[in-house]
Amino acid sequence: MQLLNIFNSLDISHYIYLSTVLFSIGMFGVLFRRNAIVLLMCIELMLNAVNLLMVAFSEYMGDAQANGQMFVFFIMVVAAAEAAVGLAIIVMVYRNTRKTDVSFLDSLKD
Amino acid sequence: MSNILIILGLPLFGFIFNGIVGKFLPKSIVGSIASLMVAIPFFTAFGLIGELGGNDQLSINWKAYTFLTLDNVPLMVSFTIDRLSIWMTLIITGVGALIHLYSTGYMKEDEGFYKIFAYLNFFVFNMLLLVLGSNFLMMFFGWEGVGLCSYLLIGFWYKNVDFGKAARKAFVMNRIGDLGLLLGLYLIFSNFQTLEYAEFSQQIAAGNYSPNLLNAISILLFIGAMGKSAQIPLYTWLPDAMAGPTPVSALIHAATMVTAGIYLIVRNQILFALSPFATEFIMWIGLATSMLAALIGLKQTDIKKVLAYSTVSQLGFMFVALGVGAYSTALFHLTTHAFFKALLFLGAGSVIHGMHHEQDMRFMGGLKSKMPLTYWTFLIGTLAISGFPFLSGFFSKDEILAATYTHGVIPYTLLLTSALLTGVYMFRMFFETFHGSYRNEKWDINNVHESPMVMTIPLIVLAFFSVFGGLINLPKYLSDSGALVNWLHPMLPIMEHHEIEHSEELILLGFAVLVFLIAFIYTRGVFLKKNTVPSDKETGLFSIMRNKFYIDEAYQLIIIRPLEVIGDLLHLVGDGIFLKFFTFGIHPILLYVSRLNKRIQNGNIEFYLLYMIIAVVILLGVNLIFF
Repeated sequence: MQLLNIFNSLDISHYIYLSTVLFSIGMFGVLFRRNAIVLLMCIELMLNAVNLLMVAFSEYMGDAQANGQMFVFFIMVVAAAEAAVGLAIIVMVYRNTRKTDVSFLDSLKD
Repeated sequence: MSNILIILGLPLFGFIFNGIVGKFLPKSIVGSIASLMVAIPFFTAFGLIGELGGNDQLSINWKAYTFLTLDNVPLMVSFTIDRLSIWMTLIITGVGALIHLYSTGYMKEDEGFYKIFAYLNFFVFNMLLLVLGSNFLMMFFGWEGVGLCSYLLIGFWYKNVDFGKAARKAFVMNRIGDLGLLLGLYLIFSNFQTLEYAEFSQQIAAGNYSPNLLNAISILLFIGAMGKSAQIPLYTWLPDAMAGPTPVSALIHAATMVTAGIYLIVRNQILFALSPFATEFIMWIGLATSMLAALIGLKQTDIKKVLAYSTVSQLGFMFVALGVGAYSTALFHLTTHAFFKALLFLGAGSVIHGMHHEQDMRFMGGLKSKMPLTYWTFLIGTLAISGFPFLSGFFSKDEILAATYTHGVIPYTLLLTSALLTGVYMFRMFFETFHGSYRNEKWDINNVHESPMVMTIPLIVLAFFSVFGGLINLPKYLSDSGALVNWLHPMLPIMEHHEIEHSEELILLGFAVLVFLIAFIYTRGVFLKKNTVPSDKETGLFSIMRNKFYIDEAYQLIIIRPLEVIGDLLHLVGDGIFLKFFTFGIHPILLYVSRLNKRIQNGNIEFYLLYMIIAVVILLGVNLIFF
């Protein structure tokens, strides 16, 4: 019961703060980490921050048909597909260069 | 309408046909198609004479379509056949057909055989457009078209740089005249809201327009005529135009195109009749031109140059006739001149052909026995132009002289002097070419040959008309009134009255014959008996005449040099400073800026993402603050 009370005392702003923090962590991770696998993980983090926000807003707006919560599943599917493709690319890059450090992959320049 | 379509359409068809497929056809087919495309319109036009002769107010009109509408005034593509335009059509197509026939022989060896016929057909089309159009717009199209054809044909042997320059000179000189013509058309349009000849003339006849306006329009139109018809000060292109093939000189630069200016003035008779100042101006210009050109012609040695100056001089005669108000007389002289000058040019072409492209009289002489047909026809042409009694040129020139006499004695005397000079330079040329001893060392005289039949037949036909052409307009002392005057009378509403006593007329006639005799006896003494050979080296006044009064050099000094200096200056400022700054000054700056920008694109995805995020933050921030 004590635990439920905690949930009841949370309002929408707490969810927004949390997902903002999560999104920012993901974003800065993408920006400043070099390792490709960490990059992918950070992207997942950002997507999940959005998912959290979506669920929170869905509940807050009294969304009877739970459209927002439905969307979360779509995002999860896309995220899974993206992770699969991303990891496959990383494996190929690693096989070719023996590196997973993205700062060396600058051939887009030319 | 169908008649107009035939007359205009066939030459155009000939141009397109020969221009496109002529290259792949044998020369005989190309030549005969081109000649037919001019001959058929001639017979069509000839057939219309009866119809027009029956009704003196008749005109066949065809309004094809509206070209454009300016200020609610429709500018029509429309044509009209009346007594004046049918007369011009007959001259153009008649002389044109003969010259086409002649060209098939003259140009036989030329590799551009199909091209010259395409151009000639196109010229005939444009010339017919000029005379058949019922408004100034159509005339202007034809006017420019014949200028283009003249340019193309003068520069026909374009591999010779000098010929190309001569073509360019003709084009530029005509351009100056065209500017005057265009300004005249603007004045007409802005004051009369029409470009149709008929409406324009009606408005002038009906309304009270200020003489200044009419004089201004007349003089501007005359400036156009100056360019096209080679009058002072724009005449210098015509002698240079002799660079073209000789049939071209005969057709364009003697018989038809250069008479466009006379047609323009005759067509607008009412305008010019009501602009006394302008007509006086025209008379003096014509007088000065006829004198100057005749003087220059006296000392030229190139057979075609003599004829060219003679053409300029005879055109001066026509303008004098227009200036003293004798419009039908000008047209009469235009007609006879078309006959005998075409004949003389074709005869000269026959000589040049027989002499293997030798044009200089210093290397001719004694050709009489070798080229009998050319000799006799050339003699007829020479007699006709110098005013041998009862040949065509005698009647027409005599009428001009008589009309000038009624205007004033001084113009008459000057014109009579020109007529005297005409006889002198023509007989000089005739004796130098056909009599005396043969003077060419390059070719043996046995190599000189008479021209083929296709070239001599036109000579004979033209010689016939040069002899009997005068019959179309006999003077008063031989018949009640001339046929041409009667024919044109409905076209020239303002009566020409040159009241002159019969006795006076006969005295003037005596003067004309006397002038002819003086010229003949003098030249016979100098050139035939003493066998004087023309030379490059002349002294005193003759040297100045030989050098064409240094007119070309004067233009070079007064007009072309200053323009060149201004051009050089503008080139220096515009190109050297202005353009150089913008082209060579701006590009290093751009290069530097782009080098800086280049660093942003370093290939690292993190940076790209960073830019994206920064941009998103900025956009969101702007959104937050301002909206």
